[in-house]
Amino acid sequence: MIYLDNSATTKPHPDVLASFQQVSDKFFANPSSIHQLGGQTEKLLLKAKQQAAELLKVKEEEVIFTSGGTEGNNIAIKGIALEHQNRGKHIITTEIEHPSVYEACESLKQLGFDITFLPVNQDGVVSVEDVRNAIRKDTILISVMHINNEIGSIQPIQEIGEIAKAHPKIFFHVDYVQGLGKIPLQLNNSGIDLCTMSGHKIHGLKGTGILYIKSGTKLFPLFHGGEQERKIRSGTENVAGVVAMVKALRIIKKRELDEINHVHSLNKYLRDNLSDFPLVEINSPSNNAPHIMNFSLPGIKPEVMIHMLGEEGIYISTKSACSSKLADESRIIAACGFSKERATSALRVSLSYDNTIEEIDVFLDKLRKGIDQLKEIL
Amino acid sequence: MQYDHILIRYGEIALKGKNRKKFIGKLQENIRHKLKEFPDVSVKRTQGRMFVLLNGHDPHAIINKVKNIFGIHSISLAIKIPNELEEIKQAALFALENGENVKTFKVSVKRINKVFPVRSQDLNQVLGGHLLSNTEGYIVDVHHPDLEIKVEIRNEATYITSSVIRGAGGLPVGTSGKSLLLLSGGIDSPVAGYLAMKRGVEIEAIHFESPPFTSERAKQKVLDLAEKLTSYGAKINIHIVPFTKLQQRIFQETPDGYGMTVMRRMMLRISERVCQKEGILSLATGENLGQVASQTMHSMNAINEVTNYPIIRPLITMDKDEIIEISKQIDTYDISIRPYEDCCTIFVPKAPKTKPKRDRVNYFESKFDYEELIEEAVQGIEVVQVSDEKQVEDAFSDLL
Repeated sequence: MIYLDNSATTKPHPDVLASFQQVSDKFFANPSSIHQLGGQTEKLLLKAKQQAAELLKVKEEEVIFTSGGTEGNNIAIKGIALEHQNRGKHIITTEIEHPSVYEACESLKQLGFDITFLPVNQDGVVSVEDVRNAIRKDTILISVMHINNEIGSIQPIQEIGEIAKAHPKIFFHVDYVQGLGKIPLQLNNSGIDLCTMSGHKIHGLKGTGILYIKSGTKLFPLFHGGEQERKIRSGTENVAGVVAMVKALRIIKKRELDEINHVHSLNKYLRDNLSDFPLVEINSPSNNAPHIMNFSLPGIKPEVMIHMLGEEGIYISTKSACSSKLADESRIIAACGFSKERATSALRVSLSYDNTIEEIDVFLDKLRKGIDQLKEIL
Repeated sequence: MQYDHILIRYGEIALKGKNRKKFIGKLQENIRHKLKEFPDVSVKRTQGRMFVLLNGHDPHAIINKVKNIFGIHSISLAIKIPNELEEIKQAALFALENGENVKTFKVSVKRINKVFPVRSQDLNQVLGGHLLSNTEGYIVDVHHPDLEIKVEIRNEATYITSSVIRGAGGLPVGTSGKSLLLLSGGIDSPVAGYLAMKRGVEIEAIHFESPPFTSERAKQKVLDLAEKLTSYGAKINIHIVPFTKLQQRIFQETPDGYGMTVMRRMMLRISERVCQKEGILSLATGENLGQVASQTMHSMNAINEVTNYPIIRPLITMDKDEIIEISKQIDTYDISIRPYEDCCTIFVPKAPKTKPKRDRVNYFESKFDYEELIEEAVQGIEVVQVSDEKQVEDAFSDLL
C-alpha cells in the first residue's frame, strides 16, 4: 500500500496505539472521580497537559483538549461570537477556509452576524492589506487558516498577528490543523488568541484535538455540563486519546526538527516530475507547504483516477476529505481564480514523514499510465 | 547572525560590602544549576556582571529560566563581534529587527578602545543612519526609546546588547539560611514561600495530612505546589506529618471554640521539632492579618506562644487580591484552587474564637497529655523531595 492521503488523516504511530491501549486498560477511571484510581487518572491527564503545553511553548492553562479540528474551530468561532456579540457582529475570514470554519461563520449569519470572506490570489494566499482594510469598528474576530488543506498555500499568519496585536479588542483565530508538525507556528506573543489543532493529522487518533486559548480570552462554551477543561469543553475527558495524542505530538515535533527536509525533497521530486507530465496543471504554489501537492487533470474526472490508482493500492484524494462527497468544483481552487475545468478536476497528494522516494516513483509511474489510458478516451 | 550570550546585571547584591563575593558565587551556582539541561552553556563572571555563553542554544529557552532566578536585576541578549565597522552595523541591524514591539530606538556607543577609528558620537550617527535606511517604520527617540541598542567597543571585541528584560530581583536563594514553610495547599502559603525565597531563603516545607479525612489528591496538590516553587530555587523537602490521631484527640478534648487554636499550636510545636532536627532556623507561614479567625491579632498572640523561633510572615499586611495576583504570576493559583479538603478545613468549629486568650488555651491543653501523640506524629513524618529537574513519574513516562 502506498498511502498519500495524509492530509485527510494519518496512520496512527504504533507507540501511540500502544499508549492508547495501556491507558484504556490501566487508567480507565473518570478523572473527576474522588477515589484513588480517579486521582491517578487525573494526574496522568495533568501530565499530558503539561507536556502538550511545553511542546507548544504555551501555558498549561492555555491548552484545552477537544475532539478534533472541527470542534476546535466551532468552539473558537462561535464561542467568541456568542460571548462578544454585544461589542460587534463582524467577522473576517477567507474564502479558502476549511468547511468547519467556513460553515461555522456562515451559520452565524442567521444570528445577525456579518461575515467578510476575503479573496486570495492565484497562489491561494490572502493579502495582509486586505485583512487590514476589512477591519471595521464592529469587528470582533479574524479567522485565518495557517496552511490550506487542499493546495497547501501558507497564509501570512505572523503579519496578521501583528495587525491583531494593534487591535487588542479583535480576537485572532488560526486553524493550524494542517500545519502542526510540519511548519512551526509561534503561539506565544504572536497576536494569536485561539489556535486549532487535531490529533489524527499527526499520527494520533481520531476524536482528539487541542484548542489553544490565550489566557484571559473569554468565550461562550458550546457544551455545558461537568465543567471539565476550564468549563470550555464539558464532558468526561478522553484520557487515553489525549495521552496518545500528546505522545504523537512529541514524536512529530522531533521529526519536524530532524526530517522536514526529507518531505521537502519528496515534494520537489513530485513537482519536477509532474510538470513534465501531459495534461497535468499544478495548482499548489511553489513556495508551498512541503506535504501537500495539488494538481489538475483537465478533462479527466478525478474520481476515475482515484479509483484507477486505488486498484493499484495507491491512495490519494480529490479535494479535502471533508468536502469530497460534494460533486461540484473545489471552492478553494475556484477561489484561486482557476477555470471551472481545473477546479473540477483537482487531485491532492499529501505526504507524511514516512513516505519514500521509491513510493513516489511507483505513484508517478501508475499516474502516467493512467493518464495515457484516459487520454485516449478524451 | 545570532545572539551568542546573555548579559546578567546584579540586583541588590551589587550593594553588598565584604560579603558580595559570597552572594555572587551563590548566584552563579544557582544559574548553573538552572541551566544544567543546556549542556553547552557556560556561566562566566567579569567585573560587576555575569555572562551566559549560549554556544548555539536557543536564547529564549534560557532567558525563560534565568528570568526566575532571584538576585538578578535585569538580563539582555548580546552579541560579541570583532571591532569592524561593517560587522557592527550588521549586528546593530539584527538587534533592531529582533526587538519585540519596537517602534522607536536609540543607539548608544561607548568607545573604550580609543584606537577604533570612529569616535562614539560619530558612530551613534553612522549606526542610526544605517538602521534607518535599511528598515521601515522605525523612528529615533533619544529620550524614551522602546529599544536602546548599546554598543560597547572594548579592546578585545565589540559587544552589542539590546532589549532589557527585567529579572526577578531579590537575593540569591540560599544566601539567607533555611526556613520551614507551613504548606497547606491553599492560595496563601505558596505565595509566602515564594516571597521568602525572593529574599534568599532556602525552603523546606511541612504539610499536615489527616487521612482518611484528607485524600491522596490533597497531598498531591501540596507536592505540585512545592514543585512549582522549585523553579525559583532547587529541590524542596516536604515533611508530611500524619496528623489524624492528634487532630481527632484535640477536637475531643477541647471546647468547640478553642479547637482550632489548640490545633495551630500543635502544628507549630511539631514544626519546631522538625526545625530542631533539620537545623532549620525559622518558620514561614502564609498568615495574613485578619483574614480568618486563626489570623486575628488575638489568635496570633495565643498561637505564637508555643515557639520562640522567628516566624516569617511575608503576607501579613497584604490584601487578598494582591496575594491572588502573585499566585497567578507564579502559576500556583490553578493548583491551589483544586477543590480538595485539607486538614485545616475539616473539623472546623462552627464558631471558632476570634479572640482566644493564652490562659484559657493553656488550661484546655493541660487537660490531656498530648506529648505522646505529638512525638508519634513527628516519628511518623514522611519526607518527600520534589525538584526542578524534569521527571515524569515512571508509571507515566512511557505512556507520554
